[in-house]
Amino acid sequence: MKSLALFLTVFVACAVEAVEALTIVLAAGLTREWRSTFQGMAAALAVLGVTVAVLGPALTLVPLTGLRLVVGGLLAVFGLQWLRKAILRASGYKGLHDEGAIYARQVAAARTATGGSRRGVRDWYAFTLSFKGVLLEGLEVVFIAITFGASQQNVGLAAAGAVAAVVVVAAVGIAVRTPLSRVPENTMKFSVGVMLTSFDVFWGAVSWPGNDAALLAIVPATALVALGYTALLRRARAAARAAVPAAERSAA
Amino acid sequence: MSRWLRQFGAFWYDFVIGDDWRGAAVVAVALALTALLVHAASVNAWWLLPVAVIGALGWSLRRATSGRP
Repeated sequence: MKSLALFLTVFVACAVEAVEALTIVLAAGLTREWRSTFQGMAAALAVLGVTVAVLGPALTLVPLTGLRLVVGGLLAVFGLQWLRKAILRASGYKGLHDEGAIYARQVAAARTATGGSRRGVRDWYAFTLSFKGVLLEGLEVVFIAITFGASQQNVGLAAAGAVAAVVVVAAVGIAVRTPLSRVPENTMKFSVGVMLTSFDVFWGAVSWPGNDAALLAIVPATALVALGYTALLRRARAAARAAVPAAERSAA
Repeated sequence: MSRWLRQFGAFWYDFVIGDDWRGAAVVAVALALTALLVHAASVNAWWLLPVAVIGALGWSLRRATSGRP
């Protein structure tokens, strides 16, 4: 059960990051030029490959207790901020992540940017846009896979979840050739926030009553707390907006 | 180079910690305290982290939304 939960959490979290990378690559490729876009993507994947090749063996040199404590701390902090953002989005205090709008902004910027060839790349703008997008989102995927895998001492399974997510998103992206704005990204982010926080809580305490079965209570409890906070914030926001006249709000 | 390093550091800070370091600090302290209680005092403090997470999350959300319609 823990393995399935680990795989699914890493898969969904990495799919979210892969969708964001795909939006940037599509904006660069469809608006500018595909060859330079693919060159940027390949360069980013090469940097990511080197990062993993260096980080992977280096992690095995760190004492396991220290590694688990540091990784556990990072995951706990990461999970909390992910869930916090998801609750703020769900309650209306933060704008929803809109892949369509992000794509439109990237396309507008790509259309007005000047190109020019440099270092054997025909369109330097397309190259750098694609390189940065894939590298940054890819680093996030690597972080998720390594921290989750190290916490569960199963980096292989976490890496499989990450690779599967990237492959699925890339395949769908190639098939539809438009940003995946219909993917319920905000719902996915909320679910990932709940799962991340649940795992943090589960892994943080050394021995839960009921051992692994405790996860069956922790995940729904975390979801209930998150939904409860969302409902409270929605109600508070509605009350505050009702108290402030619309004219005052627009003047502010 | 230093500008690139700063941007790289800012990227990781934003990705891992986000815009509220206080909530992150509460959870990190609770995690360390749990480890201390379990290993040094032999107290199975499984309850500490859930309480800290619920509290830190509520506190962080309150500060993020207070005064905002």
